[in-house]
Amino acid sequence: MLQLQGITKTYGGRRVLDDVSFDVRAGRLTGFVGGNGAGKTTTMRIVLGVLAKDAGAVTLDGAPVTAADRRRFGYMPEERGLYPKMKVLEHIVYLARLHGFSKADATARATALLEDLGLGERLQNNIETLSLGNQQRAQIAAALVHEPQVLILDEPFSGLDPLAVDVVAGVLQQRAAQGTAVLFSSHQLDVVERLCDDLVIIAGGTIRAAGARDALRAEHSTRRFELISAGDAGWLRDEAGVHVLEFDGGYAVFDADTDETAQRVLRRAVAQGDVASFAPQHPTLAQIFKEVIQ
Amino acid sequence: MSTLTTPRTPAAISAPGFAQSTWLVAEREIGSKLRSKSFLISFAIMFAIALAAVLWAGFAAGDASGTPVAVTADAQQYVPEDDALEVTDVADRAAAEALVEEGEVEAAIVADASSPTGFTVIAENEVPSSLLLGLAQLPSVELLSPEDAPNVLGYVAAIGFGIIFLFSAQAFGATIAQSVVEEKQTRVVELLISAIPVRALLAGKVIGNTVLAMGQLLILAAIAVVGLTVTGQTELAQGLGAPIAWFAVFFLFGFVLLASLFAAAAAMVSRQEDIGSTTTPLMMLIMAPYFLVIFFWNTPVVLGVMSYVPFSAPVGMPMRLFLGDAQWWEPLLSLVVLLATCVAAIVAGARIYENSLLRMGARVKLAEALKG
Repeated sequence: MLQLQGITKTYGGRRVLDDVSFDVRAGRLTGFVGGNGAGKTTTMRIVLGVLAKDAGAVTLDGAPVTAADRRRFGYMPEERGLYPKMKVLEHIVYLARLHGFSKADATARATALLEDLGLGERLQNNIETLSLGNQQRAQIAAALVHEPQVLILDEPFSGLDPLAVDVVAGVLQQRAAQGTAVLFSSHQLDVVERLCDDLVIIAGGTIRAAGARDALRAEHSTRRFELISAGDAGWLRDEAGVHVLEFDGGYAVFDADTDETAQRVLRRAVAQGDVASFAPQHPTLAQIFKEVIQ
Repeated sequence: MSTLTTPRTPAAISAPGFAQSTWLVAEREIGSKLRSKSFLISFAIMFAIALAAVLWAGFAAGDASGTPVAVTADAQQYVPEDDALEVTDVADRAAAEALVEEGEVEAAIVADASSPTGFTVIAENEVPSSLLLGLAQLPSVELLSPEDAPNVLGYVAAIGFGIIFLFSAQAFGATIAQSVVEEKQTRVVELLISAIPVRALLAGKVIGNTVLAMGQLLILAAIAVVGLTVTGQTELAQGLGAPIAWFAVFFLFGFVLLASLFAAAAAMVSRQEDIGSTTTPLMMLIMAPYFLVIFFWNTPVVLGVMSYVPFSAPVGMPMRLFLGDAQWWEPLLSLVVLLATCVAAIVAGARIYENSLLRMGARVKLAEALKG
């Protein structure tokens, strides 16, 4: 497990990270969301040792992360880029060797990975001749070729078409299933919501919420219910402890003050006519996000 | 909480050390340069020009059969017995000078006890280079009307050292600058420094380009020495040998100095188009020795200063050695000055490089880059 404790970073008098602490657990996908300039990229760069921190600690399974540990980190920077004039295979082999693999080992791994990613025909082409989608695959290969134990991906889904999003998501899930700790940031909250196990929300350089996605949802859920019934649900307005938000014939969305109130409403709805649906409404990630960053 | 732990470095791989990382970077720099067609073509052209120049100089000097000279009886022993000279025997120094002034002979060789070589060459206003090339030792020279007296050999050597330093430093300085900016512009730099230390990346670039520049220089030096030997100019080859060897040593450290500064300067910008804004002062530093040595190669004061200023020492000191102006300890002292500057440049360069590498967009100010 990768842990961040009390990370602080100041740029020219401006505090961009303030006491940032959260966990990235092995075998799970941790989504990292926040607005532009909230400190996501800075945090990731500090974890990777690309940037120095002013205070705080980054630990792996309880021990401070060393340079040797970082060789086993995989990174996809927000700004993609590889050497345009290098051949695909040569480039991935070079990166694997920088991470400590022998030439033969690096070549074998790079070839297998690129073939898995559908670049088997392109091994000897220069990076610059690849289509944008294929360059993105090469970029993924660059992050994965050394079988990292910790994967840090900055906006891995930005600029991808829906099919490519699924490909990348699939790769991340597969790596997590193999025990890799994965931290990824994204602006696409729907993708994060669908994909992540854990969630970290950052705003203005401070962590506003962190934990398991479902726990966060439960924590932020209000007693909001959606009712779809055959009859007219106008009676809801007169129920004690009920606040109607939306109403249209047999359809209504309302907040209840207690669970008992909700149950009472359900019993009355059934008594009034057929009920097609009565369900608690969980807040979407977008809603939670807006709520916690305020 | 998940019970999975993140396995630490498995036995299959070991983190490469600093030296190994540096070498991987250097290897890539060299490999990508050697596969660049423009590099190979420009080097082939440079090689061809150098070969042609050396052969031309060699044959032109060797071609000088029949240079008319007057020789006094007491100086006969110093005159080489070959076809290069058409010797007129004269009785004494006065007669020799008369022939020179009349233009009957191009030069006269007379015994001279005050000369270290035991003889002096007298000429109107210029000593034929073919004569000097033919003599075993460079004698003292006395010019009868010395108003304009270009020593062709000295001038050729000045241009040679100046131009090779200018071209090599400029070409490889630009290469290192482009390679630094390419990594910033394509953002691959973040991937690189997440894998290896920033200083290993910088060291790899400097070492890779230094290996290439030195390789090129040694090939050119070999052409000069072998070419002159093949065309029979062994004396000149020997006379040039020591200055060329010193030139190579000075060039090595001079180039490391420049390369560190080029890498630092380039790290301060984010786009190829902006390279000029930070590397122009360095280009000036490279061009200055070239122009200075061409204009002032026979002005000992300027050359003396040049031979100690670290940026011009690689040209100035070999030039003084070639002209025989420098004491034996002078190149060593100059080298110490150069080495000290080199270390300072590496420290400052690494600092600027580290502080600027991830700052994209506008040019990083020098003060900020140094401070961090």
